[in-house]
Amino acid sequence: MGILVDENSRILVQGITGREGSFHASACKAYGTNVVAGVTPGKGGQYFEDTVPIFNTVEEAVRETQANVALGFVPPPFAADAIAEAADAEIPLIICITEGVPVLDTVRISLYVENKSVRLIGPNCPGLITPGANCKIGIMPGSIHKAGRVGVVSRSGTLTYEAVGQLTNLGLGQSSCVGIGGDQVIGTNFVDILKMFNDDPETDLVVFIGEIGGTMEQQAAEYIKESFDKPLCALIVGSAAPSGKRMGHAGAIITGESARAESKVAALRDAGTVIIPTPADIGSTAKTVFDALH
Amino acid sequence: MKIHEYQAKEVLARYGINVPSSRLASSAEEAGQATQDLGGKAVLKAQVHAGGRGQGGGIKVVNSPEEARPAAAAMLGSYLVTHQTGPEGAPVSHVLVEELADIDRELYLAITIDRDFHGPIMLASSAGGMDIEEVAATRPRDIYMEPLSPILGLMPFQTRRLTAKLGLTGPSAQSATRIMNALYKVFTELDCSLVEINPLIVTVRGELVALDAKLNLDDDSLFRHTDLQELRDPAQEDELEYRAASLDIAYVKLDGDVGCLVNGAGLAMATLDVTTAAGAMPANFLDVGGGATIEKVASAVSIILSDRKVTRVLVNIFGGILRCDVAASGVVKAYREHGINLPLVVRLLGTNAEEGRTIFAESGLTVTFADNLNDIAAALGQTS
Repeated sequence: MGILVDENSRILVQGITGREGSFHASACKAYGTNVVAGVTPGKGGQYFEDTVPIFNTVEEAVRETQANVALGFVPPPFAADAIAEAADAEIPLIICITEGVPVLDTVRISLYVENKSVRLIGPNCPGLITPGANCKIGIMPGSIHKAGRVGVVSRSGTLTYEAVGQLTNLGLGQSSCVGIGGDQVIGTNFVDILKMFNDDPETDLVVFIGEIGGTMEQQAAEYIKESFDKPLCALIVGSAAPSGKRMGHAGAIITGESARAESKVAALRDAGTVIIPTPADIGSTAKTVFDALH
Repeated sequence: MKIHEYQAKEVLARYGINVPSSRLASSAEEAGQATQDLGGKAVLKAQVHAGGRGQGGGIKVVNSPEEARPAAAAMLGSYLVTHQTGPEGAPVSHVLVEELADIDRELYLAITIDRDFHGPIMLASSAGGMDIEEVAATRPRDIYMEPLSPILGLMPFQTRRLTAKLGLTGPSAQSATRIMNALYKVFTELDCSLVEINPLIVTVRGELVALDAKLNLDDDSLFRHTDLQELRDPAQEDELEYRAASLDIAYVKLDGDVGCLVNGAGLAMATLDVTTAAGAMPANFLDVGGGATIEKVASAVSIILSDRKVTRVLVNIFGGILRCDVAASGVVKAYREHGINLPLVVRLLGTNAEEGRTIFAESGLTVTFADNLNDIAAALGQTS
């Protein structure tokens, strides 16, 4: 059911006693996610909301609770350490929500993680959700989601919610929704996620949301053209952004022709995807394609 | 964060890279004296955070202190316009007075982050002293690239390869190798997003000198470089963008009349696209962030309203951590403080959207509500 997580996912929250960590750990629990442990150095032995044990180290938390997903809300100066600690404990899936991690920290940590054969999603991402498994591991509002057969992958946070909101409004549920993060360097890219959706029997259609900056969308287009077997609707945002300006996402800096919206759209169109004309048309475009399948 | 050329050169010199002898001047008199000190001839370089200074009149060779004074006076206090500054230009408060160089060759050397390689990459070219983006576009084969492993760093085989491609031999190759290694140290130790020497000149005596330098720092790493924070020059930044940055609001000024208040960078970019597609022109990009308070939203709106071109404001909030009632209260507060009633197009969704709409409805402000992005486009058509 969906990708990356299922009913057997056991979530550990790093930074569970912080302002954001506690708020979102609570929201994940309320959605039905199996939050089994929290980690805050120095607060071991306490409980979060009277039920979730807090540990001083990830190693201890994994030993005691068999946690297999780490969700990180650790502040930027300590984010790399938190990811490394989770990787060292061999947690197979690490999701780093933290915004503002120094890029050279991410460069080093993504290499470290690669050598540990664990997967990092983020940093600076909203996380992922599989509504059919009642599993929300991130900061997205759970209520807008609905279980179904559309996969969503995006570099953005609120724009992913916008996409999901439009899909749900038109009765299209989601298999899994993944925000891979808006930074220049991230752990998991579009192609990684598309491969999983391709193999997921419960995903019929993918909504893909890219943006200006970098060439990750072109790499995705290449993969889609060669090996992706399912219909895909693609939106690229940022066509109205001026060149050379940083638009909030560190990732969305336009450098060179290939980083522009038009060249990404051209690559995706050439790969046979259905282009979503404007951000207002995400739901309606997906609905047309989805209905033609069934 | 960008810093000035003279500051970047101080950094490079600290790491052992040759830079020309120079003096920083903030008056015509100082510029004259500096020219005298440097032997009577010099080049004056306006210190602004932008490239393309030569075309804009920001670089001038002077042959005597008498020539230097009026030349400096013309630059100081002026606004230098280049293709990177926008029509309003950047203020010149300092000129760098630098000794003249005997140039044999002009090279290019830089390190930046390469997203595809997931790490730093060194770029070198024999086509120095030119707009490197132009070189990249017209003759990409003339730019040599070496991806740098975060574990190994810049390796000797890579510097050998680069110096050979640059056509350097003997002592020049050795100097270039030293500079490449020093540049890598600067990049990693100071958490740069870009460090660039353009041109890196080879003098007629075969020495390598950094004739111009650019150094951009990763904003996200400034917390561990408190000494570098002091190099910030707010005068070089757009006033509103600087005010926003100090409040941790992502704001980029654009040219249109529709002020945009949005949460989330992706949704903010999508909002610009929808606005533009509707035939309207956004006045700004603004991401107020996730955990904003009423005060922060009010400050954000205040920044939007400080742009005199703004004739209407579009509020597009997908409530999550940021509740819609908080956003609504912030907008109304800022409108009251500014005592204005520019028309509002409001789209609220998610947490406490209904409460937010009630706050707007009872505020007495001119509000058009939109349920979705299509409604926003339609409403923008009506308010124009």
